[in-house]
Amino acid sequence: MSQHIQNLLGHAAPFINYLYILASVLFIIGLKMLSRADTARKGNLISAVGMLIAIVATCLLVGMEYKWILVGIAIGSAIGAIAAQSVKMTSMPEMVGLLNGFGGLASMLVAWAEYHKWHAMGWAEYAKTLLPDNPAAASEVFAAVAIAFTAVVGALTFSGSLIAFLKLAEWMPGKPILFRGQQFVNALVVLAILAAGAIFCMAPTGPNAYIAIAVLMVAGLILGITSVIPIGGADMPVVISLLNSYSGIAAAAAGFIILNNVLIVAGSLVGASGIILTQIMCKAMNRSLANVLFSGFGATKSSAKGEGYKGEAKPISAEDTYLLLEAARSVVIVPGYGMAVAQAQHSVRELGELLAANGCDVRYAIHPVAGRMPGHMNVLLAEANVPYEQLVEPQDVNPIMETVDVAMVIGANDVVNPAAREDKSSPIYGMPIINVDQAKTVIILKRSMASGFAGIDNPLFFKDNSRMLFGDAKATVSALVSEFKSA
Amino acid sequence: MMGLLFFVFVLAIFLGFELISKVPSQLHTPLMSGSNAISGITIVGALVAVGFSHGGPLVTVLGVIAVAAAMINVVGGYLVTHRMLGMFKSKSADRK
Repeated sequence: MSQHIQNLLGHAAPFINYLYILASVLFIIGLKMLSRADTARKGNLISAVGMLIAIVATCLLVGMEYKWILVGIAIGSAIGAIAAQSVKMTSMPEMVGLLNGFGGLASMLVAWAEYHKWHAMGWAEYAKTLLPDNPAAASEVFAAVAIAFTAVVGALTFSGSLIAFLKLAEWMPGKPILFRGQQFVNALVVLAILAAGAIFCMAPTGPNAYIAIAVLMVAGLILGITSVIPIGGADMPVVISLLNSYSGIAAAAAGFIILNNVLIVAGSLVGASGIILTQIMCKAMNRSLANVLFSGFGATKSSAKGEGYKGEAKPISAEDTYLLLEAARSVVIVPGYGMAVAQAQHSVRELGELLAANGCDVRYAIHPVAGRMPGHMNVLLAEANVPYEQLVEPQDVNPIMETVDVAMVIGANDVVNPAAREDKSSPIYGMPIINVDQAKTVIILKRSMASGFAGIDNPLFFKDNSRMLFGDAKATVSALVSEFKSA
Repeated sequence: MMGLLFFVFVLAIFLGFELISKVPSQLHTPLMSGSNAISGITIVGALVAVGFSHGGPLVTVLGVIAVAAAMINVVGGYLVTHRMLGMFKSKSADRK
């Protein structure tokens, strides 16, 4: 046993290992506290302290050279800090996706750098850097598998996150991108990964090994791109959550390369938490993860589009909307990504307060996948100081929807689409939605008649009790607010 | 040795599942962001890669980029999470 512990210490003096244990414990406590509203802020700080301890402990390893470490830390910290401070709250989802991509890139580069060391030094010398006290205990095959795995998962996390970022930032179309033979290309890439992986792991120092590891990284990058582009923008929350999990798995795999406990523990925690969150998201859409990843929206979309929904959408003016709201006893506000884009959350809160002051019962119905990532709407409404008690979930508000006078849909589309309930050919059929169409009147704030992020037509717009209030969400809500104030 | 690492790995995975199985929905985004910051732990691997740069200039270059990328993930991740959670805090402070 003492031999085992000795091995695990690697380069480390015992106290470094204790610091790693402390960091791991702080990560666990931090994550636990992050999942509760009253302790979340503290939890994040505790986890950050854990990270600081892990970094300092690593720098204390015997024989480290600091010059280049400091350069990397300075550059990375500056970019990270500037990006985090300057990003708008509404752009948070793509920011998290982008940051996640950098984690994947780092893991991939660690795998490459470690392999290059091995390649340049030979196994006997390289093993001494892994386990100075007992190099014989390190295993070549084990290291090779870990390097190959880290390279592929890191690469795929990096490119996949970049695509998710580009889609969410709308620098590339959010709609699924499909091309002829896509499945064939994917299969080819997976085959290339398996083949290169086998070649690499069977002869990690053989003549073809360096080519194989290069193929692994390139194929990983391609797989990240080809597996995310066919997924529609509406499914991006799930993808980001899954990629978050991947970056944790890549970090844990990197831990298996350099035989480091804190990497394995922290990486695994993130890997597991990302999977759980991904499952929660899929459940909210009544779909399986496999369905999200492989069927995309593309396969069934054309048939749904073909039928179309006929009817006439009835526009309404801001003045008439005000009269409706003024007379209403209960109002349900359903925010979506349109509210985020228009930065309308503050105006919406103001309108909510005026309605409440008018003796109206105001609730905000938050669909779990409204916006671009889980809880996106909660964050925005919290930013605007909307009281937490007024936020309700679909299953709580749907049973009483028939008693609601006015349901106000602000920039949401797919999460209120009754086709999910009524139209078996719709790609979102079966997804739980907020049944605003059952309210006495539905006011839909929208820029135009365009379909939602998922690219699906919405029959809600043509229902008898629906009224369209066209325009920028912020301008429209502000107009309603001033109507109330001048009344 | 390798067996022990796997032992740690499997335990940590199960711990992760148990830790966050119940989360209120308004915390999903901050939690994702916070755990994303933790995945920047790969900084430890990057530090080791560049700190023991026995492999020549290529290792140094790869290592520096890896440290910078991981650091973007760590610093950006924690700050973004902190900013998001700050909004929840200011809200509850207002109500008191």
